[in-house]
Amino acid sequence: MSHRYFPHTEEDKRVMLEKCGVDSIDELFADIPAQLRLSRPYALGKPMSEVEVRAFFRSLTDSCSRLACFAGNGHYDRYAPAVIPHILSRSEFLTSYTPYQPEISQGTLQYIFEYQTMMARLTGMEISNASLYDGATATAEAMFLAAANSRKRQRVAYSATLSDAVKETIRTYARYHGTDIVEIPEADGVTSVDALTSLLSDGNIGGVILPQPNRHGIVEDFTGLAEMIHGAGALLIINSIAIDLATLRSPGEWGADIAVGDAQSLGIPLSFGGPYLGYIAASKSLMRKLPGRIVGATADASGQRTFVLTLQAREQHIRREKATSNICSNQGLMALYVTIYMSLMGDDGLRQANSLGAAGAHWLARELELTGKMRLTYPGRPFLNEFEMTTSVDAGEIIDALAGAGILAGVATAPDRLLIAVTEMRTPEELNRYVETVKALQS
Amino acid sequence: MNNKLYDKLIFELSRQGRRGYSLPDRHFPDAIASLPDALLRKSDIGLPQADELTVVRHYTNMSTNNFGVDTGFYPLGSCTMKYNPKINEEMASDPVIASLHPDTPVRYCQGALAIYHSLAEALAEIGGMAEFTLNPYAGAHGELTGLMLCRAWHDSRGDRRRTKVIIPDSAHGTNPASAAVAGLQVVPVRSLPDGTVDVEALAPLLDDTVAAMMMTNPNTLGIFERQIPEIARMVHDAGALLYYDGANLNPMLGIARPGDMGFDIMHINLHKTFSTPHGGGGPGSGPVGVRKGLEHLLPNPRVIKKTDGTYDIISSPDAMGRVSSTLGNFAVVVRALSYILSLGADGLMEAGGLATLNANYIKESLRDLYELPVDTVCKHEFVFDGLKDKSTGVTTLNVAKRLLDYGFHAPTIYFPLLFHESLMIEPTETESLDTIDSFISAMRDIALEAASDPEMVKSAPHTTPVRRPDDTDAALHPRLTFDEL
Amino acid sequence: MKTYFTPTHEYLTVDADGNGLIGITDYAQKALGNVVYVDMPEVGDEFSEGDDFGAIESVKAASDLIIPASGEVIEVNSALEDNPRLINEDAMANWIIKIRLTDPAELDSLMDFDVYMNYLASDPH
Repeated sequence: MSHRYFPHTEEDKRVMLEKCGVDSIDELFADIPAQLRLSRPYALGKPMSEVEVRAFFRSLTDSCSRLACFAGNGHYDRYAPAVIPHILSRSEFLTSYTPYQPEISQGTLQYIFEYQTMMARLTGMEISNASLYDGATATAEAMFLAAANSRKRQRVAYSATLSDAVKETIRTYARYHGTDIVEIPEADGVTSVDALTSLLSDGNIGGVILPQPNRHGIVEDFTGLAEMIHGAGALLIINSIAIDLATLRSPGEWGADIAVGDAQSLGIPLSFGGPYLGYIAASKSLMRKLPGRIVGATADASGQRTFVLTLQAREQHIRREKATSNICSNQGLMALYVTIYMSLMGDDGLRQANSLGAAGAHWLARELELTGKMRLTYPGRPFLNEFEMTTSVDAGEIIDALAGAGILAGVATAPDRLLIAVTEMRTPEELNRYVETVKALQS
Repeated sequence: MNNKLYDKLIFELSRQGRRGYSLPDRHFPDAIASLPDALLRKSDIGLPQADELTVVRHYTNMSTNNFGVDTGFYPLGSCTMKYNPKINEEMASDPVIASLHPDTPVRYCQGALAIYHSLAEALAEIGGMAEFTLNPYAGAHGELTGLMLCRAWHDSRGDRRRTKVIIPDSAHGTNPASAAVAGLQVVPVRSLPDGTVDVEALAPLLDDTVAAMMMTNPNTLGIFERQIPEIARMVHDAGALLYYDGANLNPMLGIARPGDMGFDIMHINLHKTFSTPHGGGGPGSGPVGVRKGLEHLLPNPRVIKKTDGTYDIISSPDAMGRVSSTLGNFAVVVRALSYILSLGADGLMEAGGLATLNANYIKESLRDLYELPVDTVCKHEFVFDGLKDKSTGVTTLNVAKRLLDYGFHAPTIYFPLLFHESLMIEPTETESLDTIDSFISAMRDIALEAASDPEMVKSAPHTTPVRRPDDTDAALHPRLTFDEL
Repeated sequence: MKTYFTPTHEYLTVDADGNGLIGITDYAQKALGNVVYVDMPEVGDEFSEGDDFGAIESVKAASDLIIPASGEVIEVNSALEDNPRLINEDAMANWIIKIRLTDPAELDSLMDFDVYMNYLASDPH
């Protein structure tokens, strides 16, 4: 009996082999030198039935702890409306290919157009592409764009206050590509404006990458920076957590040329690392330098409004080694995810989610300080829903103690540092339990 | 597929005062008002205001404008559009996995690390490699990671002159684009008329400035590169590494392993060979494997299995660096592992042969009407150079568009660039003889229509939700958001 | 006014002031199809013979623009920004950039009209 994914009966095979003029499937591989042929079955075990596959995964997921998540560091446990997985599971969306045939792909093209509009509006920029892999790689793409934008200024400065994963990724991309990058040091938890000023005066900076909020959860004040950066002939790139932009001053309002970041915070499940979604939005003047897919509106032969992949001359399948990027996909289905999310939530829903998270975070920060076991690393610095505590007890011990109480306490960014995030998902009971468990810790 | 276009945009359905979300009440004092005013957003975003059913109907109706694998057959060369099994979706949507934070300390996520490691081990067995990273998010991202890793290897040996990569002229555009991002200069090597690498043309290109050679096998024409042992020897003698682009791995399932062919580094597209859905263009996953001796260079963070049987995540300064925020598209990894477990060794051993049988059967069934430039046994795919009868003026593009009217997706067209009218067909092992016969019959009908009514074929498609769009207008006057309509 | 041609299908016409008007040939515009965008350099940019000075795009193709002779850009044809299809209408009349030639002797290595026509006739490009 064949496997349920293989429809070939013995009679089918016989008919097909006859048409091909061979006696066996093996004969179709006669051109492969014998010493290269696999001479044994894969060491991979017997086929599992669905019953066994379910049991296999359940045994592994059972061994993972289900903890109330106060970890953030760029990725957050946010409210995911019940509607979304149901629509995403529609096979017309799930099992479709890249929309290269617009006549039978209007569904995909329409939602990407909606996504581009929503993402441009959220970031306060004019245009957006169809999405990139994640926030770190999107930032690397923006770095390349800035380095290539000016023949004279090819150096890109990035703030030390970007998250470690983003910094390590852009350093890796820059190292191999040969991009000249320089780190702007941190001063008292935020980007050093003095250091940025002196770097800009050197005259060879083509782009500046700043985070909002930064790796400590601090909301940085960029007042006056866009004028200074543009005055030096450089582009301003702001890396933000997408949902925060409903509440915080947007990259467009700061005067940024490019907005990038991770949009996982728009309700996408954490899923142990992905799939997430990187976004990049920009001024229209940078349209032809953007990486990745872009959808545009046009009309079909009968005058009907139609959407197509456009500006493809930037892309790898046409420009090969001269393309703006090597990317040849987007996070299609995740772009649909956040598009439905934003359609349901609207401006008010996003603001309300942020308000809930911020209220819980500020309450928790104060209560944790009162325990005497930890204090805000940068007191007085503004934050939204994530903050960094300096702990008097080892942060790893705190995490273990809280895990015992069913709580993932945060991300230990150093032995005495704990980065804690609160979202609309955390209940008052969980917040109280967090505080009570910390109070009970032995100093 | 619905032939009537649903053409609304969500912004056109928005009505002031409607809402589609529900959130709990706030229990703690407001904190936003205490933030400095200069840090707060001043303008509205302008997101839609819609109730839940309006949103549900909108996206449901929109989906009916789309074609998918569950709708019909994709004879899409180089893309391996196989069936996406439903059990994979069920496993990937497990609530424990869905809620697991990527920074969870390892002692609280051993099961997830076991899933990661199990897939990495299975891919190593199938690829004939020592170890895989699952961090790269897509095939192109895997290529980039693999090429950076190759540079890291030369760098680690103090060999910094190697800045070139040799790529066959038949290669997909992603290969040279990835090379450029990795800081490598592309040196094309000529193909012979059958699309295989010209070994004589390769020899003089191999010197001490070459970091790697990048190939697929079978190649873009579906032809197995028989000279691969010789090519591997030449590349290695020159001090370079041999990179395997896994785009065409499917026919090798159960047949041969890239590691045994002499490849040092490879990437695999889980959304091709291992059945994870394409999702209208993503997310995919592009794991990268390396042979023994290169494992320490794999990107950070790296999942390892310790001697006590538990799993750990490590980062090393010797590694090539970091290419992603996280350990990759984990939900895609879950799907691929579910597929491998479902097929088991027995099923995987059979897959490559059945895919190859399907491709050869189509080729033999259409060769009297379509031009077959390379007449030999193919593997998973093959290329026609348009219709045999060129007098009608019906092009490959016309044939592809007419196929949409017959309820099939178009094949890959105008690639590879070796022929003017390339029409590249890849059926996978999950397509039945009945489906394939109806595709053959459609292709034969179109060839007849091209002779009897060429204008009708040239103006196809006729029955799809929209007709051919005006691409030139879209590019001349880019309208990229609703605000620009 | 004499016009010179490159194997990559750019032309350079020397105008009355001795400056070079550079564009793509009629053959090139036909091969490319409907031009949708011309990526032009800035006035003041300097290039050496053989450098890319921009790119020209149609919907499904893109081609680098290679400068036939060294020089400094003194004017760009801004009409192409709004209407790149002027190149399809008349490629020879609608030059892309005007340069001040730094080494007019370089022109000697380019093809003249007759040689270029023979080149088009003889070679599958």
